[in-house]
Amino acid sequence: MFHLIVFLPLIGFLIAGLFGRSIGAKASEYLTTGLLYVSAVLSWIAFFDFGLGHEEAMVVPVMTWMNVGSLAVDWSFRIDTLTVVMLVVVNTVSALVHTYSIGYMHHDPHRPRFFAYLSLFTFAMLMLVTSNNLVQMFFGWEGVGLASYLLIGFWYKKPSANAAAMKAFIVNRVGDFGFALGIFGIFLLFGSVNFDTIFANARQFDPAGDIDFFGYAVPAATAITATCLLLFMGAMGKSAQVPLHTWLPDAMEGPTPVSALIHAATMVTAGVVMVARLSPIFELSTTALVVVTVVGAITAFFAATVGLVQNDIKRVIAYSTCSQLGYMFVALGVGAYGAAIFHLFTHAFFKALLFLGAGSVIHAVSDEQDMRYMGGLRKHIPATYWMMIIGTIALTGVGIPFTMIGTAGFFSKDIVIETAFASHSVVSTFAFVMLVIAACFTSFYSWRLIFMTFHGTPRATADVMHHVHESPWVMLAPLFVLAAGALFAGVLFKEFFYGHEYAEFWKEALFVAGGNELLEEFHHVPAWVALSPFIAMIVGLLVAYWFYIRSPGMPKALAQSQSGLYKFLLNKWYFDELYDFLFVRPAMWLGRFLWKRGDGTVIDGMGPDGISARVVDITNRVVRLQSGYLYHYAFAMLIGVAALVTWMMLGSAL
Amino acid sequence: MSIDLNSGLIALAPELVIVLGAVSLLMIGVFATGSGVRIVNGLAVAILIFAGALVILMPTDGTAFNDAFVSDSFTRFMKILTLIGSAVTLVMSVGFAKAERFDKFEFPVLIMLATLGMMFMISANSMLSLYMGLELQSLALYVVAAINRDSVRATEAGLKYFVLGALSSGMLLYGISLVYGYTGTVEFEGIAAAVTNGEERQLGLLFGLVFVLAGLAFKISAVPFHMWTPDVYEGAPTPVTAFFAAAPKMAAMALLVRVVMDAFEPLTSDWQQIVAFIAIASMVLGSFAAIGQSNIKRLMAYSSIGHMGFALVGLAAGTQAGVRGVAIYMLIYLAMTLGAFAFILAMRRKGGNFENISDLAGLSSTNPLMATALTVLMFSLAGIPPLAGFWAKWYVFLAAIEADLYALAIIGVIASVVGAFYYLRIIKIMWFDEPLGRLEPVQGELGTVLGVSTVFTLLYVIVAGPVEAYAEVAARAFFAG
Repeated sequence: MFHLIVFLPLIGFLIAGLFGRSIGAKASEYLTTGLLYVSAVLSWIAFFDFGLGHEEAMVVPVMTWMNVGSLAVDWSFRIDTLTVVMLVVVNTVSALVHTYSIGYMHHDPHRPRFFAYLSLFTFAMLMLVTSNNLVQMFFGWEGVGLASYLLIGFWYKKPSANAAAMKAFIVNRVGDFGFALGIFGIFLLFGSVNFDTIFANARQFDPAGDIDFFGYAVPAATAITATCLLLFMGAMGKSAQVPLHTWLPDAMEGPTPVSALIHAATMVTAGVVMVARLSPIFELSTTALVVVTVVGAITAFFAATVGLVQNDIKRVIAYSTCSQLGYMFVALGVGAYGAAIFHLFTHAFFKALLFLGAGSVIHAVSDEQDMRYMGGLRKHIPATYWMMIIGTIALTGVGIPFTMIGTAGFFSKDIVIETAFASHSVVSTFAFVMLVIAACFTSFYSWRLIFMTFHGTPRATADVMHHVHESPWVMLAPLFVLAAGALFAGVLFKEFFYGHEYAEFWKEALFVAGGNELLEEFHHVPAWVALSPFIAMIVGLLVAYWFYIRSPGMPKALAQSQSGLYKFLLNKWYFDELYDFLFVRPAMWLGRFLWKRGDGTVIDGMGPDGISARVVDITNRVVRLQSGYLYHYAFAMLIGVAALVTWMMLGSAL
Repeated sequence: MSIDLNSGLIALAPELVIVLGAVSLLMIGVFATGSGVRIVNGLAVAILIFAGALVILMPTDGTAFNDAFVSDSFTRFMKILTLIGSAVTLVMSVGFAKAERFDKFEFPVLIMLATLGMMFMISANSMLSLYMGLELQSLALYVVAAINRDSVRATEAGLKYFVLGALSSGMLLYGISLVYGYTGTVEFEGIAAAVTNGEERQLGLLFGLVFVLAGLAFKISAVPFHMWTPDVYEGAPTPVTAFFAAAPKMAAMALLVRVVMDAFEPLTSDWQQIVAFIAIASMVLGSFAAIGQSNIKRLMAYSSIGHMGFALVGLAAGTQAGVRGVAIYMLIYLAMTLGAFAFILAMRRKGGNFENISDLAGLSSTNPLMATALTVLMFSLAGIPPLAGFWAKWYVFLAAIEADLYALAIIGVIASVVGAFYYLRIIKIMWFDEPLGRLEPVQGELGTVLGVSTVFTLLYVIVAGPVEAYAEVAARAFFAG
């Protein structure tokens, strides 16, 4: 069964990728989508068996990969609750996105390629989440990176898409560098890359000892912290955490279904999955966990502030994704791994819903993405409008505190915020404050998006407004499914992910160090803490309502009076400019220098060009020797004889 | 001191056939009218082939005429190459003679006389028979070079060749007299014995060695005695150039090998330096100077200078493997050169023959078969594996490496890299430049020579085994006992 789940997308990719032209676009679409549905259904069955049911965790071997010295790596699937949760998320969203793409990509001539890439991505993501060792995880990790690169640059004729694809790839390379080093560190520390062995050794790990590192004795605690931080560096790249977040907003150059699948629901959560998977190791280093918390909190806050002022509908959601990933990392950092995965799970539904809804809007207004040229669309595309509303209330966490009534985000986000407060981490207060402020901002920008897009007077041209149309069923149906998830995933699964069924649900999949009673403690936070996200949400909603419905002149006036702050936010805290100055320009300069001076002048000059020029010089001189005069020729002969005779004389004198 | 005339004449049979043939053909040429030239030419080829058959079918080992004449496996190998060179040149001249009114019956006769001289050179076993053979060859060649009396270029070339040839003969004679003065004999074995038994390294003897080698180097056009080559190659009628590039090189190289391996064998360490120097100078100059050429015959002149340099690398090794390498090199060089000249003779358009390389532009689209054949030959001359030219170089460099002459081998390889440029340039012009128009239809005999040469070059690997074995036998002549 697990073979089918993982390899069906690969088969879809191979068929659509290799034979897409011959079998045609329609066949490619239906084939890849159909295979994904089979995978999705099987994933849900596995979820009920292993998550909700009582199947024990197991390892499904596939084949040996490499066996070098003490390094043994197999292709195999590690099936436990974490895996099946991710299988459900990946396959469900992927199947829905495939379906949606049939409608969204309707006019594109390269549909077989698009669907092949989507399936390739799904396969790589499944390899990542099912891996039983770090190397296979790295394989999937790079595989999703590749698919992401290909899909961001899908419209390769657009220079901005190519630039964004390269940016995503290169920024991720920074993270992957750390990840690879982290894997080496793990192998050094635990002598294996297989999770079972690593976890068993981690349990007996003695932080007081020393590690031999190239002949230097390194304290084991330092070594483990360094390793965890390197691994987390990989997670930061893939999950777009500050300061490696800059690629995610640009990645919105890709087609919208790609944004929904890769840059919201699945790939960007790979970092969260990796940290959760390696929880037994991260639990060994308090320092690393504090770093994870701080980075997560900063990202949540930072991305939310930037989201406040963005005008591109997809970029707003992209920053929202960035921010929500920050929430997840905070949960991981304080040791509430279940809460992180729970938020990942619900977030996949409502963020995919928002993206696909945004795609539906973009589709309706003739590929316009700037919200300043939208407005008043509610009447024209009511189904999309309501789906976006559901996505927004799920994201902002609408629900009634202290009851079981609420959207998915209400449960998962509140749990994250409460655990952040309840934890004993040294940065728990900082994280809590950041997250609550971010929640307020989240609410504001989400409602701002709704109000700017759907309410008020239309700002699009009459021509565009004339063409506005509701999306076809093939695009709306996935929205409905995701909306159901966004509304009910929270209330249904809350107790399993981070509640009374926790131990029964996760079994051995997640590890929390002894003495961490967070699971119990977060229930007993003060009432004002539990209420704070709700209040933040209400405040954000009211301000947005005030700004964009009641007095639409306000935002402009505020932006003018606080122009410095406004520009700072609009330019995303000048991260891109900073990187451009710090890395891009020096790298370009170095590249240009090595190319022009190093390669052109030195290597070509001394090498091919220089040699050929000298050859020509010699040739010209030699040719001139052939003067045509007889006495020159005779002279040359006599000189030759004289030289040889002299040589012989000197030779005999020796 | 009785001369066994009978066995001497048997050993001399091929040469005698050519002598009698040449004299008879001269008569036929004088008295026949009309189509006399063609008859003479055809008969000349037939006689050369017959002589070649005698060489192969009546192998005699030993010396004759008081050790002045030697016959062994090496002489047979080189004689066959020489005869092939002469015969094929005559075959190729037929069409040219018709088109360019180059119809002089003296040409085949002179070629035969030159060939006779070469065969004596190859079989020379004393300084006197050496000089006699050499002069017989040279006198014929002087005339052949200037045979196109009406052309200023040709007569100028012939005159230059004659003057410089006389100079080199003088050097050779001077060298011989020095050697005779210090050893008291002109016979190769006697010289070797005298050197072995006499005082070590007499300077006068070394002078003699240098002058003898200089005279011989002139004949194989090795640097710095090569200056006549480009002018003569360019100025002489193309069949003559083809002859110059092929047969005399075989004979002169054979003679050089004989002299250093037999007469001056005890002085190996001395002549090795001279030969190595000449080899390096020839390879380097041949490679560099050819780059600057626009006339294909002039280019072939530098090409042959360079190739003689490569062949000398094998000789410089002074070992059996080295001599084997030289023999194989000369064989492959002969095949490639004849093919290349067959192509040059076929370079005709409406306005007549052309000799500029740039006129070959775009030949691949107008005459694809010709272009392919020349491409194969050029790749082979450049030494690209698996073509014959690569193996030729491989054997000589192998011998040099085995004799610890690393510097020589490395310089040789570098020179061959530089030299590859101008061969590749011809290929580039043929395949990548704008076409200039079709060639005239190729005569059958030229097409045959070109085809055989190309196929041999292309498929040399198949016959490499037997050729190597035969060359091995030839080389053993110097090392028996």
